[in-house]
Amino acid sequence: MTSTESLIDRKQLAYIASQAADARLNVELETEGMTLNIGPQHPATHGTLRIIAHLDGEQVVWAEPSCGYMHRGYEKLTEVRTYPQVTSLVNRIDWLGSFANEVPFILAAEKLMGVEAPPRAQWIRTILFELSRIANVSLFLGDLGVQLGAVTPVFMAFRDREHVLNLIEAATGGRFHPNFDRIGGLKDDLPEGFIDETRAVMKKLRNFCTEMEDLLFGNEIFQSRTRGIGVIPKDIAMQYGLSGANLRACGVDWDLRRDQSLPMAWDKVDWKVWTHPDGDSFARCWIRLQEVRESTLIVDQLLKSIPSGPVMAKVPRIIKVPEGEAWVSTENPLGEMGYYVVSKGDLGPFRTKIRSASFNNISIVPWVLKGVYVPDIITILASLYFILGDIDR
Amino acid sequence: MSALLAADLPYWVQSLLRVLGGVVAVLLPAGAIVYLFLFKMMSFMQSRLGPMEAGPYGSMQLFAEVGKWLQKEDITPERADRVIFKIAPLVVLASTFLLVAVVPFGPDAWFTNFEAGVFYMLAVSSVSVLGILIAGWSSANKYSLLGGLRAAGQLIAYELPMVLAVIGVIIQAGTMNLQGIVLAQNTGEIFGWNGLGNPYILTQFTGFIIFMIAVQAELTQTPFDMPIAESELVSGYMTEYSGFRFLTFFIAEFATAGVFSFIASVLFLGGWGVPFAWFGWTDIDSVDNWMNVVGPLIMFGKMMLLSFVIMWVRFSYPRFREDQLQRFAWKVLVPISLVNIMVTAILKVAL
Repeated sequence: MTSTESLIDRKQLAYIASQAADARLNVELETEGMTLNIGPQHPATHGTLRIIAHLDGEQVVWAEPSCGYMHRGYEKLTEVRTYPQVTSLVNRIDWLGSFANEVPFILAAEKLMGVEAPPRAQWIRTILFELSRIANVSLFLGDLGVQLGAVTPVFMAFRDREHVLNLIEAATGGRFHPNFDRIGGLKDDLPEGFIDETRAVMKKLRNFCTEMEDLLFGNEIFQSRTRGIGVIPKDIAMQYGLSGANLRACGVDWDLRRDQSLPMAWDKVDWKVWTHPDGDSFARCWIRLQEVRESTLIVDQLLKSIPSGPVMAKVPRIIKVPEGEAWVSTENPLGEMGYYVVSKGDLGPFRTKIRSASFNNISIVPWVLKGVYVPDIITILASLYFILGDIDR
Repeated sequence: MSALLAADLPYWVQSLLRVLGGVVAVLLPAGAIVYLFLFKMMSFMQSRLGPMEAGPYGSMQLFAEVGKWLQKEDITPERADRVIFKIAPLVVLASTFLLVAVVPFGPDAWFTNFEAGVFYMLAVSSVSVLGILIAGWSSANKYSLLGGLRAAGQLIAYELPMVLAVIGVIIQAGTMNLQGIVLAQNTGEIFGWNGLGNPYILTQFTGFIIFMIAVQAELTQTPFDMPIAESELVSGYMTEYSGFRFLTFFIAEFATAGVFSFIASVLFLGGWGVPFAWFGWTDIDSVDNWMNVVGPLIMFGKMMLLSFVIMWVRFSYPRFREDQLQRFAWKVLVPISLVNIMVTAILKVAL
C-alpha cells in the first residue's frame, strides 16, 4: 500500500460518499444536474476543444473531452506527399513549437535511409528544437495567468517570445512554420550574428522566468488556486500515458532527450531533468518554468560548442526511402511526440502514425476533472497544457 | 443651505443642477478611470502603448468605443425574459446614481445631506446585486446563470465586512452623516496636534483595508471577478448583452468604482476637506465659500488615487475561486472587522 494508492482510495471514497449524499438530496428536493458545454467556442479551450461537463451546482459530476473539431487528417495526407513535403504538414501540428514537430519525422526517415546528419546540423537542430520549446512554453506561462484571471503575464510572455520568434525567423525564414529540416541535414546554415543574438535573447528569457516567478508563481492566490488542485498520482499518470512535463510533475523521472540516444546534441551538454513530487497543477506549471530555464542553458552551451562543417549529408536529389518501418519519438514541448513511418520504397510514406503528446495528455481529463469545481476545470486544463492542433492533428 | 445653490434659484433649477451634477459625478470618474487606468496604465504595466490612434495619445478612444457600442445591434436572446433582460443594466446603473446622491463634495456642494447617509449608502449599494442577479437569470444562458449566482453569493458575503468596517468609522465620528464624518476628520486632532486633522485612515487602518477589499469584491474586479471570469464563464452575467446594454454595464462598473472611491475617501481620507486648522476654520459654517470649488477637485484627486489602487490590484492578481472567496470573507474579514469594532469602541469609551 503506497501513499499514492491510499490517496486515490481516499479521493474515490470521498467522491462516492458525496455522490451518495447528493443522490439522497436530489431525491428529496428533486434537483437535477446541468450539462455545461465548455466549448467548442470558449475562451479557455484555446481552439476548438469541447468539454462536456455534467454539473451539480458548480461541482463536476463527470466531464468528457470531445475532440475532432479541428481534425485535418495529416496522417492520411502524408500518404500522398513526398518525404520532403511532409515537414510542411507536420509543422502545423503543435503550432507554437513547430520546428520540434519536424525533427522526429526527419529522424525516422533518416533512420530508414541509414543517413545521419553531420554534427553541425545536429547541433543547429537541437538549438532550434530548444528555441521552439522556449517559444511554446513561454507562451504557456503567460497564458496560465490569463486562465487564472491575471491579464498582465501574457503580455510579458508575448514580449519575450517575440525575440525567440525573431531568432527562428532569422535562421529559418519562417516564424511559425519554419519547414527547415531536411532529410540528411538542414536547408541552410545559421545566419551571421545569430550566435551573439541568441545569447542575448537567452539572457532575456532567463529574466522572463524570474519575472514570472515573482509575478505569478509566488502569488498566494495563484498558489491557492493551483496547489492540491488536479492531483494526478504517479501510477495513474503512467496508466493514462501522460508524457512530458505532465508526467515529470508526478515525480516520474522520464525525459526522452536524456533517456534515448538520438543523433541530436542533448547528450553533449550538461543539463538537468526537473521533477516534482506533488503531481498537482502547480507542479506542472513549475516544471515547465524550470524547463524554459534549462532550455536556455542548453542553447547557451550548444552555442559555445557548435562544430564547424557542412549542414547537409550526402543524400540523393530525389529521396526514395527504402522499404521498412521506423519509430522515432522525441521530447517535444508538450510531451512525447513520435512518428511511426512505414515505407514501401516509394517517394512518400505508405502509412504514418503520429503520436502527439496532447492527445494522450487530455485523455486523463475525465479522471482528473471528477468532483472539481468549475473554476478548477480551467486551471487543470491550463496546467495540462494542450495545443488543439496537437490533439486533432 | 448653501450660498452657492439655494439663494436665488427656484426649486426646479436646483433640481436640474443636482441631476446634472450627479451625471457629471458619475460619468467623469468613469471616463477618467477607463481612459487613464484601463486603457493607458494597464498598457504601460503590460509593456505596450495602448490606444494611440484616436486623438492625441488615444485620448478620444473612449468616444470611439462608445460610438462603436451604440452602433451595435441590440440583441435579446430568443428564450430570454425580455422585460427583465432589458431593465437589468439600468438597475445596475441606477444603484450607482443612488450611491452618489449622498456623497458630499464641499461644505455646500452636496446632493442630499442625509442624516443616516452611511446607512443609506450601504443599503443602495446592494441594489446592484439585484440587477446582476436578474441579468444572469433572465439571459437564459448557463454561463450567465452561473455568473449571476456567483455575483449574488459574493456580493452578499462582502456586504457584511464592508458594513462592519464602516462601523468603526461611525463609532469614531459619532455620526452617520457623511458630511459629519468629513467634519469630524478635518477638525480632529492627533494627540493634540491638529496640523493634519485626523483622517481615519490612520486610526482605522484595519477598517480601511477591509473596506477596500470589500469594495474590490463589490465591484467584481480581479481578484474577485468570478462573476465575470472571462476565461471560465465567457463573460458571466454580461455574456448575452450587446451594444448599448453592454455599454450600460460597462459604465456602471467603472462609475461604481469611482463612486466607491469617493465614499472611501469621505470615510477614511478626509473627504473634500483640508485640515480646518490650516485656515483657522472651526466648523462647517466658518468654511470659506471657495471650498465649494476646490472641494470637488480634492475629492476627484482622492478618488483617482483610490481607483488607481483598485485598478492596480486588478491588473496584477489572478482570481480566487468562489469557495476560497467565501472562506476569506467569513473566516478572515468578518472576525477582523469585529475585533476592529470592539477595539474602536473600547478606545472611544476609554479615551
